[in-house]
Amino acid sequence: MHKSVHDYLADFDDIPGTRVYTTKRARQGYWLNQFAMSLMTEENRQKWKADEKAYLDGWKMTDEQKEAVLARDYNRMLDLGGNIYYLAKIFSTDGLSFVQAVSTMTGMSVEDYKAMMDAGGRSPDGVRSIKGGN
Amino acid sequence: MARITAGVATSHVPLLGVGIDQGKMEDPYFKPIYAGYEWSKKWITDEKPDVIILVYNDHASAFDMNLIPTFAIGCADEFAPADEGWGPRPVPNVKNHADMAWHIAQSLILDEFDMTIINKMDVDHGLTVPLSLMYGQPDEWPVKVIPLAVNVVTYPPPSGNRCWMLGEAIARAVESFEEDLNVQIWGTGGMSHQLQGPRAGLINAEWDQKFLDDMTADPERLRHIPHIEYLRETGSEGIEMVMWLIMRGALGDNIKELHRHFHVPASNTAVGHLVLEKTS
Ligand SMILES: [Fe+2]
Repeated sequence: MHKSVHDYLADFDDIPGTRVYTTKRARQGYWLNQFAMSLMTEENRQKWKADEKAYLDGWKMTDEQKEAVLARDYNRMLDLGGNIYYLAKIFSTDGLSFVQAVSTMTGMSVEDYKAMMDAGGRSPDGVRSIKGGN
Repeated sequence: MARITAGVATSHVPLLGVGIDQGKMEDPYFKPIYAGYEWSKKWITDEKPDVIILVYNDHASAFDMNLIPTFAIGCADEFAPADEGWGPRPVPNVKNHADMAWHIAQSLILDEFDMTIINKMDVDHGLTVPLSLMYGQPDEWPVKVIPLAVNVVTYPPPSGNRCWMLGEAIARAVESFEEDLNVQIWGTGGMSHQLQGPRAGLINAEWDQKFLDDMTADPERLRHIPHIEYLRETGSEGIEMVMWLIMRGALGDNIKELHRHFHVPASNTAVGHLVLEKTS
């Protein structure tokens, strides 16, 4: 029943438009995610809102990660090791809902994204596998 | 002796907590979602369970990147709702049956499930939204809750089969607890949803409905669904459904579906809900 970790991970890169939160990403995004976690207290949220750049300088993040956060570029944050449940603390502090924040990663407007969800969501057809083209 | 009498499965979408907290139950967006819980709210009022073993996942609230337990059991007397970035939900603290939680923890470890024991912990929407859906807005939760947290955020999460086996071990642990208690086990999270990347918004109602069917018709199939199938078919966050299998494993062979609800969407997610009764 045991599967090699290499075979297990290899499949993950075959899913279109998806970054699976592997240990590799967890390691890369450690400080980015820990920074985001720090916004779970009102005190830190106030400090963050007062001066985002200065707040970020208190964290051992890469410059790329800091830029992605300041730009609220969530796809970039995912690429740099962010995990959506951690990043949720950033957009919640901005007053955005999951739908509002998540839609920014799809290239759709919030309205179009909402309309897609109300109509039953994105079909899995064609986005299951890059190799399989299905 | 304590006995497990029933299982409940439900999604735990944060927005469904917001809808209740802000009194939007009658809003046209929310109404059809909450309507599917009306039967269950009545049912649980009649059933009056003493304890719920509530299987859920923490969404970077109590556990950060420093500590990623695969299976953790809350053993303190009480847990407060977490501040997830917009202040804690206005819901009562969760009271544990700590004697039973410690009993289950010991029993599981002796049964070769190496649990993480946690005391100081805030509980997030994964745990509090299901309670709100089933009990509404009481001043105090009318039931003791044993939190059982599963890592489904950092890969690899536990396999469906491992979750099932943990459920079986939980059932053995409950049966060996001396107090006469009516115990339910809840599995939460899911159903299909993806909250990240260009593929966000994925919903697979057909796959979800088959999953609901097979909780009773062919649970053996569900045990062996690999992670990659959840990812491809149900979106990157659909993996939460492995937690339903802990509940299902704990119920044993003979069960009956009493109630089902399925609705798309709530926020980015397909909402699924089952009430399962243990028949022997
Ligand atoms: Fe969840």
